[in-house]
Amino acid sequence: MYHYQPFDTQFVRNRVAIFSDQIARRIDGSLTEEEFRPLRLMNGLYLQLHAYMLRVAIPYGTLNGRQMRQLARISETYDKGYGHFTTRQNIQFNWPKLTDVGAILSDLADVEMHAIQTSGNCVRNVTADHFAGAALDEIADPRPIAELLRQWSTDHPEFQFLPRKFKIAVTGSPNDRAVTKAHDIGLRMVQNALGTPGFEVSVGGGLGRTPMIGQVVRDFLPTQDLLPYVEAVLSVYNRLGRRDNKYKARIKITLHETGAAELTRMIEARFIQIRPQFSGQDQQVLAAITKAFAPPLYKTADLSTYQATYQADGLFRSWVDTNVSAHKQAGYAIASISLKAQGQTPGDATAAQMRVIAEMAEQFGHDELRISHEQNVILPHVHQSDLYALHQNLSAAGLATANLGLISDIIACPGMDYCALATARSIPVAQNIALRFDALKLEHDIGPLKLKISGCINACGHHHVGHIGILGLDRAGVENYQITLGGDATETAAIGDRAGPGFSYDEIVPAIERLIMAYLALRIERSESFLKCYQRLGAAPFKEALYPKDRENHAA
Amino acid sequence: MSHFTPKVVTGNDLLLGDVIYLTETDSWSRDLLLAQLITDPDQAARKLAYAETQTHKIVGPYLADMQAAPQGPMPMHFREGFRTRGPSNYRHGKQEGLL
Repeated sequence: MYHYQPFDTQFVRNRVAIFSDQIARRIDGSLTEEEFRPLRLMNGLYLQLHAYMLRVAIPYGTLNGRQMRQLARISETYDKGYGHFTTRQNIQFNWPKLTDVGAILSDLADVEMHAIQTSGNCVRNVTADHFAGAALDEIADPRPIAELLRQWSTDHPEFQFLPRKFKIAVTGSPNDRAVTKAHDIGLRMVQNALGTPGFEVSVGGGLGRTPMIGQVVRDFLPTQDLLPYVEAVLSVYNRLGRRDNKYKARIKITLHETGAAELTRMIEARFIQIRPQFSGQDQQVLAAITKAFAPPLYKTADLSTYQATYQADGLFRSWVDTNVSAHKQAGYAIASISLKAQGQTPGDATAAQMRVIAEMAEQFGHDELRISHEQNVILPHVHQSDLYALHQNLSAAGLATANLGLISDIIACPGMDYCALATARSIPVAQNIALRFDALKLEHDIGPLKLKISGCINACGHHHVGHIGILGLDRAGVENYQITLGGDATETAAIGDRAGPGFSYDEIVPAIERLIMAYLALRIERSESFLKCYQRLGAAPFKEALYPKDRENHAA
Repeated sequence: MSHFTPKVVTGNDLLLGDVIYLTETDSWSRDLLLAQLITDPDQAARKLAYAETQTHKIVGPYLADMQAAPQGPMPMHFREGFRTRGPSNYRHGKQEGLL
């Protein structure tokens, strides 16, 4: 993985010093809150419902054991002994004191981490496929591009005051695990007729108040043109994007109001204008970065014990079948660690769990970890002969839940339990749904299902692209939950359809249960997933299950 | 004369981020029951204006709707209810240490 160069180290250290001084000046009264607020947001510090929250970037979701241990130590020293992994491959600490933030950022800098541009109207943490560098279906590792974009966008003088925040996601695989179509810029690696890798560029995707799927503005962008092209997109957006209304300020609205053809024309014109300014230095930097992402030194080992334990141990087999994915290297596997034990808070890991994860990465995973946008942790490179020992260790730490991609593997934003913007709670809804289907012993029978919950219209929980989405709202002073159906976060991205009136907090879990029971009765065969079944039949039978005629609708 | 919903002045503590309330003596308390329940709109405006001068102690002061209860002010909205306790997934925040 990429390690900081002296420039990165100096830059991050300088920023820690600058922000520490700004904190001191806020406390001694030299800065007002109005003056301080944009400064703290630029450094990832929010003020939430009950406390400050520090959002730390995990660039393209990649970190190593040492970094994970430091996150554990920070959570114990300055917080309440846990961290929350988010849908943007960040980690959030929910209880830091203002007076400790400088020390936390300094501790992060010690392990090449920071919280810069995790908020504010700038280019946010660049996200990537969490299987990058390991996936069987991958054309090439997309992380060198993501790191190049991180370096280019960090403190970029032209793009520090964009009309609104700007999110970029990149994938190197045809199977999109990075939700690129729901990003301001989505970069999907493709090959041209000669087999040369390049990028399909989508612009204007986004969830939130006005969900939109990104539109392709370039079918094939050569890699050497990527930086000037992305700069051209940002440049056009920076000029056109609306600053009069924050709800209409994202590039998806710019695209909608300008028209895809005209916006594409403007981007191409700007690209031609600025392309000559890129003399090739970016390609030299990219070449150096790419070397840092060389594959690990794969080992070979006998697989007979793995095969025997797979046959003999049902729990292990279930975990392998559910949480382990195909690796491009023979004999290797990608192991996903679920942070969704039924009844626990989605995405949370205790300090003790973070240390176990770090140890597992160092012992069995070539010291590499990934955080997925689905709020789980990935060991991208595990030899199959090590899977059994890995599973044993994870089990002892409560980290071996075999539910990846199942109904209890729920994305949930912090919701009104933490977030100052939320209109309803998300976490307890996720907990209750997971516990209910665990009690019914149905989740493996139900099969692949993406359930995603947001506690407000900003859609941090990606509910629009969930096969089942739940949106928590405040309806006349009462929590109310709207269901959307048929969303899709992959390369066939789609926004879910609203099913009908919302449900109260007490009614939402039974409503989901009715929906799932209807699906089980309606599917032609076990292999027909909820999404496929919904696409075949349409909404009507599912609405009937949600709103049976013999009961009163819980209209909102 | 229109009906005025009683209010308290609340915001977050500058250093801790914890939810705090303005008391009758113009000090700040972590405990809603010690907050001053304001029943007069002019007084509410005066108290909020005072809170806005306390920038060395509080962030984001505002008036929150409350109802009078025997033990003290009671939140009208669930959001204010959560602010008096803490999150529902862990016993953190104000509820920490309470049974």
